[in-house]
Amino acid sequence: MPKRTDIKSVLIIGAGPIIIGQACEFDYSGAQACKALKAEGFRVILVNSNPATIMTDPLLADATYIEPIHWKSIEKIIDKERPDALLPTMGGQTGLNTALTLAKEGVLKKYNVELIGASREAIDKAEDRELFDKTMKGIGIETPRSGIAHSMEEALSVQKSLGFPCIIRPSFTLGGSGGGVAYNIQEFKEICEKGLDLSPTTELLIDESLLGWKEYELEVVRDKNDNCIIICSIENLDPMGVHTGDSITVAPAQTLTDKEYQILRDQSFKILREIGVETGGSNVQFGINPENGRVIVIEMNPRVSRSSALASKATGFPIAKVAALLSVGFTLDELQNDITNGLTPASFEPSIDYIVTKIPKFAFEKFPQANDRLTTQMKSVGEVMGIGRTFQESLQKALQSLEEDLNGFERILDDTSNQNETLRYQLTFPGSRRILYIGDAIRLGWDADQLNQLTGIDFWFLQQIIDLVDEENILQDTKLQEIDFHKMLNLKQKGFADHRIAKLTKSTAQDVRDLRKKLGVMPSFKRVDTCAAEFATETAYMYSTYEGECESRPTNNKKVIVLGSGPNRIGQGIEFDYCCVHASFALQEEGYESIMINCNPETVSTDYDTSNRLYFEPITEEKVLDIIDLERPEGVIIQFGGQTPLKLAETLLSNNVTILGTDVDAIDRSEDRERFQSLAHQLNLKQPPNSTVKNLGEALQMSEEIGFPIVVRPSYVLGGRAMELVHTQAELEKYLKEAVEVSDQKPILLDGYLTDAIEVDVDVISDGSDIEIGGILQHIEQAGIHSGDSACSLPPYSLSKKAIKEIESQAKKIAKELNVIGLMNIHLHNLKLLLMNQMRHQEEQLIYKTLCIYLQTHQIFELFPVQQFLQVSNFLQVTFLFFSQHL
Amino acid sequence: MSFPAILVLEDGSVLEGMGFGAKEPAVGEIVFNTSMSGYQEIITDPSYAKQIIAFTHPHIGNTGINDEDNESDEIVASGIVIKDLPSHFSNWRATQSLESFLESKKTIGISNIDTRALTAKLRDHGSVKACITTNDSSSLSKANQALDKFDGLEGLDLAKEVSTKKSFSWDEGTWPNYEQTKNEKLIVAVDFGVKKNILRLLRKHVGKVQVVNAQISFEELMSLKPDGVFLSNGPGDPEPCNYAIELIQQLLNINMPIFGICLGHQLLALSGGCKTYKMKFGHHGANHPVQDLESKVVYITSQNHGFAVDLSSLPENIEPTHVSLFDQSLQGIAFKDKPAFSFQGHPEASPGPHELEELFTKFYSMIKNNAKKN
Repeated sequence: MPKRTDIKSVLIIGAGPIIIGQACEFDYSGAQACKALKAEGFRVILVNSNPATIMTDPLLADATYIEPIHWKSIEKIIDKERPDALLPTMGGQTGLNTALTLAKEGVLKKYNVELIGASREAIDKAEDRELFDKTMKGIGIETPRSGIAHSMEEALSVQKSLGFPCIIRPSFTLGGSGGGVAYNIQEFKEICEKGLDLSPTTELLIDESLLGWKEYELEVVRDKNDNCIIICSIENLDPMGVHTGDSITVAPAQTLTDKEYQILRDQSFKILREIGVETGGSNVQFGINPENGRVIVIEMNPRVSRSSALASKATGFPIAKVAALLSVGFTLDELQNDITNGLTPASFEPSIDYIVTKIPKFAFEKFPQANDRLTTQMKSVGEVMGIGRTFQESLQKALQSLEEDLNGFERILDDTSNQNETLRYQLTFPGSRRILYIGDAIRLGWDADQLNQLTGIDFWFLQQIIDLVDEENILQDTKLQEIDFHKMLNLKQKGFADHRIAKLTKSTAQDVRDLRKKLGVMPSFKRVDTCAAEFATETAYMYSTYEGECESRPTNNKKVIVLGSGPNRIGQGIEFDYCCVHASFALQEEGYESIMINCNPETVSTDYDTSNRLYFEPITEEKVLDIIDLERPEGVIIQFGGQTPLKLAETLLSNNVTILGTDVDAIDRSEDRERFQSLAHQLNLKQPPNSTVKNLGEALQMSEEIGFPIVVRPSYVLGGRAMELVHTQAELEKYLKEAVEVSDQKPILLDGYLTDAIEVDVDVISDGSDIEIGGILQHIEQAGIHSGDSACSLPPYSLSKKAIKEIESQAKKIAKELNVIGLMNIHLHNLKLLLMNQMRHQEEQLIYKTLCIYLQTHQIFELFPVQQFLQVSNFLQVTFLFFSQHL
Repeated sequence: MSFPAILVLEDGSVLEGMGFGAKEPAVGEIVFNTSMSGYQEIITDPSYAKQIIAFTHPHIGNTGINDEDNESDEIVASGIVIKDLPSHFSNWRATQSLESFLESKKTIGISNIDTRALTAKLRDHGSVKACITTNDSSSLSKANQALDKFDGLEGLDLAKEVSTKKSFSWDEGTWPNYEQTKNEKLIVAVDFGVKKNILRLLRKHVGKVQVVNAQISFEELMSLKPDGVFLSNGPGDPEPCNYAIELIQQLLNINMPIFGICLGHQLLALSGGCKTYKMKFGHHGANHPVQDLESKVVYITSQNHGFAVDLSSLPENIEPTHVSLFDQSLQGIAFKDKPAFSFQGHPEASPGPHELEELFTKFYSMIKNNAKKN
């Protein structure tokens, strides 16, 4: 059955702002859907309030609306555009809920818009807990024993029949927000109260506790001919009790026999059919009792999700793209499996010959008041994925990808007296670093039984980790020179980073690298091909491992490597990925082969067809240098990926790698406070009274000169991490003692806090000779609110022409002095400089989207002079950036 | 305990790895299998006689071996090649490790092999002869001698070797509750190397099951008064199995309802006048898309065959029912004028997807309709 001809235009709802539980995976899915439908000749209308996305690029859809994702504003768009169909499954829970509201408000009927992908009934059946429960019982599939409550009294009576602990989930909330595990009546009442409040239907589902059960997720795709396939099985290393988004997960499932796996597969199909997901991707979650194999279905999502993004990256099967095409009438056998160059159809189940491990990224250090224990409510802000030929390799690569200075199973336990007590707590009540505490427990001699009892983690995974720690213990008594070829190969196959080997053998990473090269232990690169090498592939989606044949086959083309931005975190969201993707596109347009290195599975940059070649690898010195050794690019672009690649600048330079764009020293001059101060001084620019201090004494002394209130923060910070406003010397002292480490290497910055100041951001683009102002954004909140958290207006709403001229002139002065090649962003308050970053920030996407001009990234290279591209904009647009602080 | 071992291929390449299980050398045709689960079922599948299986999934042995999932009582494959043998296994049903199972069944395995590179090689050059043996000074020359002596599978009738010597009845349905049908129909299953799960499904969906030797005579078979005959899967080349082809032709003549799987499918096709051929590297995995030519529905199937029926050789009275969407090869046939059909893949799964379990109920309907007609 080929594509439908009765549909000419499709409206896609994006996911809106990035919030906890809903990050850039929906840019990935929305962008894929737009591209796929447009390529098939459909008129694509997109609505998304988040401008910092690839999908809202002008060329991706035929009409793009940057409007609030609310049914009323979407009704206006429907009225204007008159789409034939609405695809609600690409924009996460936000998209799905909004579509449901549009249906309930009668808008879809009024304008005769068909819901495709998932019907209103299907969404209801999957999302309404009571209905889901009933539906499952109807087809003989077990769900947890449970009850529904619409009030506190009802909740209490349900609880009586289930006992403690029990799990509370509000209906229709995102990422299980408002849910939790209650161990006693007090906790129970607290969670219920919050949950009733948060649920749009004032409804709670209270479940029997399946804490400690094995947890699985299957990614399913179905077409209108009822062809169903499983794209990927995912096993949670952290058992039930931790939200799957906060769990370390592994693909494919490792600890099920085929008989047991097939039960999950059969049930997934049965559930999809019964719920009525006609076409597209869904996921189904199961719990399995590790004692006897009893299977319980937990939930299903009738839409693409963060797990679909993970499954797509883990297998090479583009779920969102395929789901979009299925929604307009194609069937799976009519679609090609792109990765095998169309040699095979999309109607098959990927077989993978490597292991993928996902580790979530948390930001508890930014919200010290937040409860940092992991529960059924999602708290992670991003994730990384490691690919390896063994679980150990993939796990260690994922740890290295986290951007937490982890090179492997680092020791994190303090040498305090109550180590056992700490461990027992950390293992029983998981926080973000339980996996490392497991390593520490093994070091103290805890065995697999003890670990399993406290964590519920399957013995198979525990034994793999025990083996890694045992290996470390041996390594600690080994001198680096004693490591021979076989030993080194063995260590690398288990995923040990050069840095970790260096630390354990008391040498340096460079020593380890040199020895590796001498011994001939170099990585080989294998391809992700969906089919375990059964068919040949030309698609260059690769990962490193240490084994036999290398399939990289680098070309002799002109090529440039773009370093991606790693995991999402607070202050570094999707915007860096946006820049990296555009850098890659621009390179390709200019005839370069673009090579992407990144480890974040939620992103567009890690789609196998975004760049010419993709290395799914941790962005670490070791891995990047290995790839450079192999590829020998003309240069590397590091300025678009945020702090992650910038940290590698020095190493790259010392290895004679050409860094394209702004000089690394210039970046340092703008990032390093002291150097920036002297720059400002040299250019005769004003700055708020400020100082850089290296110890408490200095801090107290300088604070008197600057005067309170003072903004304090560590140097080289991102997104205001650990930034605080202090009003007294006592507060300053407390901050220095408790919040941050201060030393000669880690100085602290003190900035006078400007009251009643106007803050503006200026974006500048330069090719080294021409300098242009991209736009000036005036903050609506007064200075002191982090610019990423403040609402902005473009153009400025209260600045005089003279002030604007002065701002522009100052900005150009700085750009010229630093010889910026590329983009630069400056924050100013009342024409005083506050902070300058050369990375593209969220504000820049805003400028980009509102002025609708192409700040084409290839203009950063000397080859392509900046042209006069600015248009005058005489409309006012206000975009509110979203806060994630409800964590 | 593991020991140094080598994998020697026909083309002269020698891959070093770690041996596990028994130390007796293994010789056979090496094939790759892309199933990500179900190694226990695969190594005990009689269709793998005289074959060495290279698993593409890197960890093999994670869930150990349990008492319920064997497809025959023996490890039939000659040996196995894997990337990694985990030091521990974990599963609530497991009773022993893969390693100890191999040891008890006198079978050798080799780990630490780049199975991905090996798969690509087999994909590009086709299946080859191979030998796994311990790595000592004389092993390489012994391995080469053994390879010289082994002639490959073409022209080799292995079915009669693995077939049951004694006839027996089968009384167990499928895991986990072993349900059986109340139907009284009698199915005679001709054993060319049958997988237990086929018998379980026949018992679950079709009727009573009597398993007989591959070389049973027509008269002896008929004396059992079957309502239908099942032709099982099995190893080797179908062409030399003249005894089976003759038997099937006699059964077709009397309009006996027949259902064949894998080798049984190939034998049924040969009996109807089709031709078979040896494939380059065969189909071995659990993710193969097969399309029902009538309904256009795509089924994900379990596959394990190195020979296939030539689609272009089908006579007038036989119609193709299924094709592979991987390579368009023939996957199922039905006689237009007889109650007989067969399927190339494995509807009994084990391991693999269950979608085509409906072929067993189709067989039952065919038997029922046939009984009405007579």
